[in-house]
Amino acid sequence: MAATEIARQAGEGARAVPLAGHVGFDSMPDQLVNKSVNHGFCFNILCVGETGLGKSTLMDTLFNTKFEGEPTQHNQPGVQLKSNTYELQESNVRLKLTVVNTVGFGDQINKEDSYKSIVEFIDTQFEAYLQEELKIKRTLHSYHDTRIHACLYFIAPTGHSLKSLDLVTMKKLDSKVNIIPIIAKSDAISKSELTKFKIKITSELVSNGVQIYQFPTDDETVAEINSTMNGHLPFAVVGSTEEVKIGNKMVKARQYPWGTVQVENESHCDFVKLREMLIRVNMEDLREQTHTRHYELYRRCKLEEMGFKDTDPDCKPFSLQETYEAKRNEFMGDLQKKEEEMRQMFVQRVKEKEAELKEAEKELHEKFDRLKKLHQDEKKKLEDKKKSLDDELNGFKQKKTAAELLQSQAQQAGGSTTLKRDKERKN
Amino acid sequence: MSDSKVTAHLDGIISDFEGSEVNPSHSNMSAPPHPQPPAKGASHGTGDFSYVGIDAILEQMRRKAMKQGFELNIMIVGQSGLGKSTLMNTLFKSKVSRKSVVSNPEERIPKTIEIKSISHDIEEKGVRMKLTVIDTPGFGDHINNENCWQPIMKFINDQYEQYLQEEINIDRKKRIPDSRVHCCMYFIPPTGHCLRPLDVEFMSRLSKVVNIVPVIAKADTLTLEERDFFKQTIREGLRANGIDVYPQKEFDEDADDRMINDKIREMIPFAVVGSDQEYQVNGKRLLGRKTKWGTIEVENIAHCEFAYLRDLLIRTHMQNIKDITSSIHYEVYRVRRLNETNAQPNGQPPNTLVNPQQANGAAAQHQVLTHEM
Repeated sequence: MAATEIARQAGEGARAVPLAGHVGFDSMPDQLVNKSVNHGFCFNILCVGETGLGKSTLMDTLFNTKFEGEPTQHNQPGVQLKSNTYELQESNVRLKLTVVNTVGFGDQINKEDSYKSIVEFIDTQFEAYLQEELKIKRTLHSYHDTRIHACLYFIAPTGHSLKSLDLVTMKKLDSKVNIIPIIAKSDAISKSELTKFKIKITSELVSNGVQIYQFPTDDETVAEINSTMNGHLPFAVVGSTEEVKIGNKMVKARQYPWGTVQVENESHCDFVKLREMLIRVNMEDLREQTHTRHYELYRRCKLEEMGFKDTDPDCKPFSLQETYEAKRNEFMGDLQKKEEEMRQMFVQRVKEKEAELKEAEKELHEKFDRLKKLHQDEKKKLEDKKKSLDDELNGFKQKKTAAELLQSQAQQAGGSTTLKRDKERKN
Repeated sequence: MSDSKVTAHLDGIISDFEGSEVNPSHSNMSAPPHPQPPAKGASHGTGDFSYVGIDAILEQMRRKAMKQGFELNIMIVGQSGLGKSTLMNTLFKSKVSRKSVVSNPEERIPKTIEIKSISHDIEEKGVRMKLTVIDTPGFGDHINNENCWQPIMKFINDQYEQYLQEEINIDRKKRIPDSRVHCCMYFIPPTGHCLRPLDVEFMSRLSKVVNIVPVIAKADTLTLEERDFFKQTIREGLRANGIDVYPQKEFDEDADDRMINDKIREMIPFAVVGSDQEYQVNGKRLLGRKTKWGTIEVENIAHCEFAYLRDLLIRTHMQNIKDITSSIHYEVYRVRRLNETNAQPNGQPPNTLVNPQQANGAAAQHQVLTHEM
């Protein structure tokens, strides 16, 4: 039997080797992309903002489709999250887009708990993915990823500063999701106010330690554009699905008596920048950040919360499994103990009940005996009475017969007496 | 014409020749089409309403892939003297084999099967790849070759284990280093008859844990008829023993895939010849083997099937090979591993590794029961 001897040579420091000709693995990116195209992509956006800030309209404008039929009903208490999934296709790319809307955000009188349902929703998606990942028989590569990749936070165009609700919500969300703040309905603010507003917002975010999503600047191809865009955050956007004729073209715009705001005009609003950054340049990076940063953080916290550790005091391998085993045994032990307790209690209760029932039985027996005796007494009495009555009856009968006899005798005698009288008369 | 012009002209012909070698005979195995990058720039502002830009994600993915680089781990198994190292060098057009790395290559057969893995960083047109070649000297070289597949199986499973360990860590790396064996090339000596018991035994065991690509080594000793007959016998032997080599029938995704893979299945195992020396043939410098009766050109499909092998392995199916390893073989290993530590006393393994809801549910049920009493 051949024993083994495993030798690793230069495993870590792989040597760089020049190629003497065309090998062909430069087609690897193409192979990877083709596989992804066949598979389809998915992207999930969460829109957080107060009612009436134009969230649904902006989504329609961004993706050039009419998503929802009628506007959402705003009559539920608390913040509801409504998610809708759409299948979009452009050239050969299929995208499964999920848009989650917060309905009723900021509508309540007491807004302390508004952020909770949002955080809960995001956590639920992470949890679902974690469960799938931890399954024994899993299908990760065909799993429909519902984790939120980007959160568009809609800021009301007040022109002054961020509302405290905004700050609190963004602070709670910044470690869970990529936040991209945008100023909604920005056609309500003038140019000069807008610059002041943006500066105010960014300084408030920084001073409160809110980590918003920064477009990545490590790849040279997009570093430049991303860093310029980083300076334009938050984007001031205007959304519109109606088209207006400008010159000889139909453009998406909002028409006012004093002028028309063109959505895709860079000097009117930052919509184009938002679309560029969100979709055309950084969609993949958003997905990656969600998976490698936010999801990993959630996973780590969740597993640590459940009591798992990576290294035991003596650094045993596969300790997750063993910790789980230990925990499971502990839990089974607990379960068994509790079962025992339950059983004991059950037995005891049964005993008690049995004793009670026995008592009751005894009582019933006694009662029965008593009644029986009573009944017997009564019966005896009645019999006695009956007997005496019978005697009376007998006596009476005797008397009656005697009386009758006497009577018949008397009659005879009377008859004879009458005869006698008759005879006497005759005589 | 001046000398330099001639050489330039010749170089042009060579590159065309090398490229066109492959195309006419099997168009289905040509390099995958490069997806068109979307038109970027200022044009989106002016007239293109319906263009959202979703397909820009392809470009983003490509950028990410180029930045990250790729990994490929190939294992080569076969008796000594079958030209394994030379074939590796030919495939990757550089000195990637163990013999080229070790300064004093020992030519003696090791007493025990060793597993030697060497990594290389290669780059082509901006695409970086970490290629790991895992050699198995000593396989099949002894008198008694019983269980010679065991160390290899153990190595493959160890790689899966390593990956699994990292994956279930709480604090895990962003990119788990992938040392799993993606592809195992099994070298069949060109006897011309049929599969030997050692071949059958090895392949039937290992085809369950790794993608096996069988090749007929040193195929220049077989004539074309002998080669076809040998291939047929091998295919029958594989079928008879239930050995599923790459591309496996059950993993075909759709009709197109099946069509392409059926063509490949008709051709395996590839009869290859390896060489890392160039000779002058018809005025061109080509990789080949020079003998007294002629020069065998390695990349000429009329001579041997090296080009097909290279295309399958590198140019068209590399991603697919890696996918099957990670989503099927690795998952099978994972299920097995997690089940053997998870099985409850009554022998029924639960479906989840950790299910807090279940735990909570049991506790909740328990609470309800005690309240009822």
